[in-house]
Amino acid sequence: MRSGDGEYSDQNAGRGAGGERRFRLSPAPLERDGLRAALADPRAGGFVAFEGWVRDHNAGREVVRLEYEAYGALAEREGERILEAARERFEILDARCVHRVGALGIGDLAVWVGVSAVHRGPAFAACQFIIDEVKHRLPIWKKEFYPEGDSGWVNCEHCARAPHH
Amino acid sequence: MPATQSLNVEVQYFAILREQRGLAREQLATGAATAGELYRDLAARHALALGPEHLRVAINDEFSAWDAPLAEGDRIVFIPPVAGG
Repeated sequence: MRSGDGEYSDQNAGRGAGGERRFRLSPAPLERDGLRAALADPRAGGFVAFEGWVRDHNAGREVVRLEYEAYGALAEREGERILEAARERFEILDARCVHRVGALGIGDLAVWVGVSAVHRGPAFAACQFIIDEVKHRLPIWKKEFYPEGDSGWVNCEHCARAPHH
Repeated sequence: MPATQSLNVEVQYFAILREQRGLAREQLATGAATAGELYRDLAARHALALGPEHLRVAINDEFSAWDAPLAEGDRIVFIPPVAGG
């Protein structure tokens, strides 16, 4: 299965109590303004966002592009749980996260986290918590493509065993 | 007749395991009693080059223990090291 083939929206996993999804995977480019507007709240005194961008190097090698692949049903479920945990743990008003899947180029927006709060402290803390959990827990994989024409799955190549023959 | 009870399950593969297996999903009948036994069988049969110590497993879209018993119709996913963000 390749990224973005409809694996992501075929079930209700990952929806909040009101049926509203705070976490989602997107095969399409992310639009910051719309994401930010969804967090507008007259009670909010601050808003913190984290944007993960595709950079042109990793682990000492030049990178020319990336592909993200996700296990959609579980990623959306776990993503929603991360945002619920942030809402319980920090004094925030709301939090959202969107993660790209599919082919991305250098400089593209790969992941967006936004948090609104009455005061800035919990907004910063919750934003960091969310991106750390997203990177650590979600079943999302990143394949890097190099100028020499080869490619590699980040965090996976080093643990592949030598071929049996 | 098989000595052990055979279960029909679906296995999905992602990322490096999808490439190593050469397909994204398959239906199969297995005599494995647990997800761990199933992975050991599949890794040996298809030369999957990732040891189970590097993987997690999900059954029916929830993380699961390797020694959880398999049931008829389960959907099983072996999860390589993740790299979101």
